[in-house]
Amino acid sequence: MKILVAVKRVIDYNVQVRVKEDGTGVVTDNVKMSTNPPDDNAVEEAVKIKESGKAKEIVAITIGEEKAQETVRKALAVGADRGIHVKVDGVVEPLAVSKILQKIVDKEKPDLVFMGKQAIDDDCNQTGQMLAALLSWPQATFASKINVKESSLEVTREVDEGLETIEVNIPAIVTCDLRLNEPRYASLPNIMKAKKKPLEQINASDLGVDTKARIEQIKVEEPPKRKAGIKVANVSELVQKLKNEAKVI
Amino acid sequence: MSVLLIAEHNNKELRPFTYNAVSAASKIDEDLHILVLGNKSEAVAKSASEIPNVKKVIHIDNEIYENFIAENYTSAIVKHADAYSHIVCSANTFGKNLMPRIAALLDTSQVSDIIKVISTDTFLRPIYAGNAFATVKSNDKKKCVTIRPTSFEPAPATGGSAEIVKSDAGEAFKNSKFVKREEIQSDRPELGTARIVISGGRGMQNSENFKLISAIADKLNAAIGASRAAVDAGYITNDHQVGQTGKVVVPDLYIAVGISGAIQHLAGMKESKIIVAINKDGEAPIFSVADYGLEADLFEALPQFLEELNKLNTIQK
Repeated sequence: MKILVAVKRVIDYNVQVRVKEDGTGVVTDNVKMSTNPPDDNAVEEAVKIKESGKAKEIVAITIGEEKAQETVRKALAVGADRGIHVKVDGVVEPLAVSKILQKIVDKEKPDLVFMGKQAIDDDCNQTGQMLAALLSWPQATFASKINVKESSLEVTREVDEGLETIEVNIPAIVTCDLRLNEPRYASLPNIMKAKKKPLEQINASDLGVDTKARIEQIKVEEPPKRKAGIKVANVSELVQKLKNEAKVI
Repeated sequence: MSVLLIAEHNNKELRPFTYNAVSAASKIDEDLHILVLGNKSEAVAKSASEIPNVKKVIHIDNEIYENFIAENYTSAIVKHADAYSHIVCSANTFGKNLMPRIAALLDTSQVSDIIKVISTDTFLRPIYAGNAFATVKSNDKKKCVTIRPTSFEPAPATGGSAEIVKSDAGEAFKNSKFVKREEIQSDRPELGTARIVISGGRGMQNSENFKLISAIADKLNAAIGASRAAVDAGYITNDHQVGQTGKVVVPDLYIAVGISGAIQHLAGMKESKIIVAINKDGEAPIFSVADYGLEADLFEALPQFLEELNKLNTIQK
């Protein structure tokens, strides 16, 4: 079995994001970038499946500017076998990303495609489902547990009401929740080894996918700020404030 | 121009957020139709027809829709999409799972999780866990939009009498199968729509200690929330998680107990009307969004809180 794992480079989850003064976006210069957190879970799960002997090869793919390669290198350092970087500058919407991934799937013919359930930058939560639609494959989204069977996966999904379990036939798309597993750290020797693993570069334009934005970003602004609150001295003052000032209890 | 809203329901009744989605959808265009895909779901179609804002209900009843599998829903929705300028549904796990599958087949770039309708093609949506708001304009002919339900008031449930039109099921998708659902039954209000939410974080230390939270929740008729740290640690189940990757809540009162206030948690609760933080670390970021902060050990503060509530003559429910 072959698993394709898609990873995205985003502003690190610990960074306090700042909006640019001219309203064109958020500040990314000199800001720490990392792999989108649930994409790390997707890589980890693929590696675990390979370690269990159920998968032979893991291919990590990213789509983005030159530096996006770092995310593939990181995936290679924790166990992916080879990488693909589809080079494209600027914002690529989930629809275009899924069309690029479709082209790669046609070429690589993986049995499974894993990725995070949502990217923490645009918070779209679309790509996996879109790719599944374009391929007419089943989709197991928001996965918190995956059981690999002979020709199917049993996937537990985190939904608003609790947990749902579905069975999807392979080939399938899985989008991973943060609770799926605990991503490992890359060891230094493995980081060194990863540098020697093959990483193929492809230009998005050579794939014949139109990556032009369909959604125009008119402006980006700071959300309204909350008024500064107060500290109360004790519980009794808190309850009085809630009762008589805020009038919420 | 007409809008097609995909109803979220449990085959017996509409899920509450469908009413919020109706409000948002009717701000896009008044000619709002609801599509109900279910199994033995006549009562749902009837409820949908009673919403005053709804002009027409399309009801497709078939056993393949029993468990709301997105792969089955999609073929039926795409078949009806021609007649509509917008396809919309709630941005909860139901809609998040479903809408991109529709959008891709319609070759539309989806607008996710809108919090405001500015015009028929322009919407406001949070990005970066709500640390920025983006105004976006969709240039696709057909628009697929998901709606953050807590940003819109629920539409009235009764008073309307839209016609219900039956339609045929789409193709069944053979490669996905529902196995089971583990829903946690509770007498408490739903987290997404509760007027008061009290949430616990890592500071709760274990699941047993959540009893301190539930005692207060009982008293205030509140829903119980949690930070991701508390869910990851196994103190409480995932359906309680509030935050960027959990639920977004906008109650009148949000009480954060033993929660430090990571950006990802704030994303799910900082629009609440009144926020209370109880934490023994006075420097915790949660205090920066709290209207009332109490720097205290939660194991002392929570029992006192319950005691003070018990002293009150009346409590709003």
